[in-house]
Amino acid sequence: MNTQANATSESYFDPQASAPAAISAAQRLYWALRRELWENRSIYIAPLAAAGVALFGFLLTLIHLPEKMRAAAALDPMQQHERIEQPFDAAAALLMGTFLIVGMFYCVEALQRERRDRSILFWKSLPVSDLTTVAAKVSIPFVVLPLLTFAITFATQLIMLLASSAVLAGSGLSVATYWAQVSLLQMSLLLLYHLMTVHVLGSAPIYGWLLLVSAWARRAAFLWAVLPPLAICTLEKLLFNTAHFAAFLGQFFTGGTEGLYAPGTMPMDPMTHLTPGKFLSTPGLWIGLAITAAFLAAAVRLRRYRGPM
Amino acid sequence: MACIEARGLRKAFGTTIALDGIDLRVEEGRILGLIGPNGAGKTTALNAILGLTPYQGELRVLGRDPWSERDQLMRDVCFIADVAVLPRWIRVSQALDYVAGVHPRFDRAKAEGFLAKTTIRRTSKVRELSKGMVTQLHLALVMAIDARLLVLDEPTLGLDILYRKQFYDSLLNDYFDRNRTVVVATHQVDEIQHVLTDVMFIDRGRIVFARSMEEVESRYREVMVNPDKLAAARALKPIQERQGFGRSILLFDGLDRAQLATLGEVRTPSIADLFVAVMSNHAGRAQGAAQ
Repeated sequence: MNTQANATSESYFDPQASAPAAISAAQRLYWALRRELWENRSIYIAPLAAAGVALFGFLLTLIHLPEKMRAAAALDPMQQHERIEQPFDAAAALLMGTFLIVGMFYCVEALQRERRDRSILFWKSLPVSDLTTVAAKVSIPFVVLPLLTFAITFATQLIMLLASSAVLAGSGLSVATYWAQVSLLQMSLLLLYHLMTVHVLGSAPIYGWLLLVSAWARRAAFLWAVLPPLAICTLEKLLFNTAHFAAFLGQFFTGGTEGLYAPGTMPMDPMTHLTPGKFLSTPGLWIGLAITAAFLAAAVRLRRYRGPM
Repeated sequence: MACIEARGLRKAFGTTIALDGIDLRVEEGRILGLIGPNGAGKTTALNAILGLTPYQGELRVLGRDPWSERDQLMRDVCFIADVAVLPRWIRVSQALDYVAGVHPRFDRAKAEGFLAKTTIRRTSKVRELSKGMVTQLHLALVMAIDARLLVLDEPTLGLDILYRKQFYDSLLNDYFDRNRTVVVATHQVDEIQHVLTDVMFIDRGRIVFARSMEEVESRYREVMVNPDKLAAARALKPIQERQGFGRSILLFDGLDRAQLATLGEVRTPSIADLFVAVMSNHAGRAQGAAQ
C-alpha cells in the first residue's frame, strides 16, 4: 500500500523478526510437496498398482515364453523384435495411462478440496505463500508424476527382463538373442522422451486449465473444466460449420505430435528417428506453454482471493 | 507500539457492507474481545487483519500490509479460524512435521509437551479424533509458535463446556504474556470476560463500543432497584432497564457508586448485559447475540 510507511515499520520490526532460524523458500516448497503426497497417496499408489498388474499378467504369460521364442525364430527380424518387445510396451502404456488419469483427477481436485474442507484456513495460517503452495501442486503433474512413471516403468521392465531371462535360461534357450531384441536402455530413453514431450510439454495447457478451474470453481470443477470448451466447439460447429477450436484443443491431447518423430515408419533403431529440435521449434508448443503460464498465474491469484466454501 | 492499526477500514460484498469504515488501534500486550451479533462484521474484520480478504482503507498489522504480505505476516501471527479447519486426512505426526518444516518460530518440543498431556496419539488421523481433541491438537500447534499476535475466531464453537474452559485456561496460563497480543471474536461473552483486557462491540460493520476492562469496571454499574426507588432511579437516566427476579435492573454509565447504593443493590454488569444494553441503544435491537 504505502511504501513509505512500510519502510519505517520494517525498521521497527525486523530486528526481532529475523531472530529465529530462517527457513528457505526451497524448504517451504519441499514441505508443501510432502503435504501433497500425504494428501494424495494415489499419486504413487496408482502407478505402483498398475505396475503390479502389469507384472502379474506378464509373469502368467512366462509359461509360454520358450515356445513363443522358438516360434519367433522363424520370423523376420523386424516382426521378431515387435513380438518380443510387445509386453514391455504394453506395461509402459498401462503406466502412462495411469499417469494421465491420476494427473487429471489430481489437478481437478488440487485447489478445490482445501476450500471445500475448509483446511485452506489452516494452510493460510502458516507462512507459506500462495505461489509456493500452487507451485507444489503444479509440480505434481509436471515433475513428480512423469519422473515417478518413468522410474516405476523402468523398474517394471527390468523385472520383466530378468524374469524372462531366468525362464529362458531354465529352458535352455539363448538369453543373448532375447536381450538383443529388448534394449532396456533404448526403451527407457524413448519413454522419457515421450513422457517429457507428449505428456508434459505438449499437454501442459490441459493441466494448467484443470488447476485453474480447480482454483476457481465452487463446485463441480470437473463439469466446469469440460463443458465450456465442449460448448464452444459445438457452437462453432453450429454457427460456422468449422472446427478450429476443436482442432486447437486436440493438439494438446495428442501432445502436438507433429515434429516429435521424423515421418515414415519406425526403423530398427528408433533413436535416430527422434527430432527434439523440430518439436521444440513448433509454434503450437510455445503458444501452449504461454497459455499454461497464464492459467497458472491466474490460479495463484485466485488462491489468494478464495476462502473456504 | 500498536499491534493492529486500522483507519477507515471498509469492505463490501456486493451491496452488503460488512465493514463500514472502522478505526481501530490495538496495543501490544492486550487481550481484546471482539463481540457482535451474527453478520456484524467480526469475521470480516479478522479476515482483513489476517490477510485473507482484500479491503479498502488503511490497515497495518505488526507494521505490515496483511493483504500483500500475508506469508511474511504469518511468521508473527497465528490464528485459529475455527476448530474444524485442520485437514481431516492429516496425521498428528504429519501436522507436527509440516508446521515444524515451514514455521521458523515453531517449537516442536513444546507442542509435543502439550500433546503429552492429552490422550492424542501421534499416529492418529484428524478424522479419528473427537472434536475436543482436534481443538487440543490445534491449540498445541498454535501455542508452540512464538507469535506476537494470536487471532481466534469463535475458537470454541461447538465444544462442550469442559473443553471451552480448558481452552481459555491454557490460553491464559500457558500462552499469554505481556509481549503478545490476542484478539478473540466470540459469542460466548461470559466465558471470556475474565480473560480480556479490552472489549469491543461491533454491529453492522461499525464499532459501537470500545473500552478497556478497567474502564468498564469503573464506569458501569448495574442496580437492582428497590421498587419504591424506581422513579428516582429512572430520573438518573439509566442506559438500559430490564426485569429480573421480579425487580427492575437499571444500568448506569459514570454514576457514583455511593449515590447508586441508596437505590438498591449495586454490582458491576456482565459484558453480556452491557452488550445487550449498548446494542439496543445503538440500533434498537434489544435481543440477540450475547448469550
